[in-house]
Amino acid sequence: MNSIVLVNILRFIVLIAAQALLFNKFNFNGYINPHPYILFIILYPVNGNKNVLLISAFLLGLIVDMFQDTAGIHATACLVLAYLRDYIFKFSFGLSYEYQTVKLNDSLTPERFSFILIAVFIHHFILFLLDIFSVEYIWGTILRTLFSMIFTIILCIIIIYLFKPSKR
Amino acid sequence: MQQIISFLIKNSYRMLFLLLLIISVSLAIQSHSYHKSKVINSANYVSGSIYSQAHKVEDYFDLKTKNEELALENARLKKLLFNQKDSIKIDLDSVNQVKKTDLVIAKVIKNCYTDQENIITIDAGRKEGLEHDLGVINSLGIVGVIDNVSNNYATVMSILNINSRINAKMKKTNHFGTLIWNGKNTGYVQLIDIPRLASVKKGDTIVTGNQSTIFPEGINIGTVNRVYIDTETTYYTLEIKLFNDMTSLGHVYVLKNVDRNEIKKLEETTEKDKEKR
Repeated sequence: MNSIVLVNILRFIVLIAAQALLFNKFNFNGYINPHPYILFIILYPVNGNKNVLLISAFLLGLIVDMFQDTAGIHATACLVLAYLRDYIFKFSFGLSYEYQTVKLNDSLTPERFSFILIAVFIHHFILFLLDIFSVEYIWGTILRTLFSMIFTIILCIIIIYLFKPSKR
Repeated sequence: MQQIISFLIKNSYRMLFLLLLIISVSLAIQSHSYHKSKVINSANYVSGSIYSQAHKVEDYFDLKTKNEELALENARLKKLLFNQKDSIKIDLDSVNQVKKTDLVIAKVIKNCYTDQENIITIDAGRKEGLEHDLGVINSLGIVGVIDNVSNNYATVMSILNINSRINAKMKKTNHFGTLIWNGKNTGYVQLIDIPRLASVKKGDTIVTGNQSTIFPEGINIGTVNRVYIDTETTYYTLEIKLFNDMTSLGHVYVLKNVDRNEIKKLEETTEKDKEKR
């Protein structure tokens, strides 16, 4: 149990650092940046304390906001994602979620992929909606969300595979 | 009270979420102060876009009145322009500020440009205060001089008329000449009797001169297109490309020089005096 907490704290710090120092500088095509820091919320233990998840997601977003000078936007997106995480689990994994046997960092199955897809979509959509905040640019928002989403999903999967926990 | 507390404890997860959500959203809104106005604006955007679409259609129905309004406005502005104080004799003029030029707006109802003596008919006449020998211009340049006036209509001797004689000058050097038309091309008129002393270049602007009471000084006519020397008079003859497209005229402005009668009277008396001597 102790090691899980440690791993999560470490993940928290490493992901924020990577996001702030590396992924925010992509600026692919001017404005498309991946946001793989939400892996923290995705990979948070399924049976972990939910309140802790909410608070840590809020802090995660807030710190990323600090780096990007976008107070509140990432925090809101992360918070909503953390809150909806249970529902996404239920949607993607169905019954097996009830038995808490879900393991995300394993080989890529359609369930896992759909979970990551929905999670990333929710986060990015809220993020860009708050960032642009205008009905006028709704198509731009959707396009940005889509491009950034693809980017983030690819990076998330790569990172999951790269840092497969050394359980074996 | 206990129920409230137990409710809060039961729903602590949801309560925590709501609390944090309120904090983060308010942060997001506060950090971008424009978000506040955007909330209102985007609400208006929905209704605003519908309104603007509807207005686009409605606009077509009053294009005509809009055009007339704009033409009237133009007349007013041109009046202001022509009545500008001459900066040199500013002290003399300021004693009694008299309007020197008045404008009447009219519409061309018949435009002829195929003959040698072209006449334009406009829909303003004696009722509007028009009379013989008033200048007619439009936004681009001069059009002609009023010939005959009836109660509601007037005919204008176009500058594309071989009998037309208008005093004009070079904008740069103030050399005078007379503007005529040789009856050939509707886009070009001729400026004759420009002295050989004048340095004329292709592209120089020609404006109306101040020797006539018909037009105020400095109304655009055209640019010099070709320069040649008249074999008989040895003066320059300039071919002028008109700013105006005489084949398509819409609204025109009739210029009324308020002092014209006074000047005419004065000149007539001088002529009479000359004859007596």
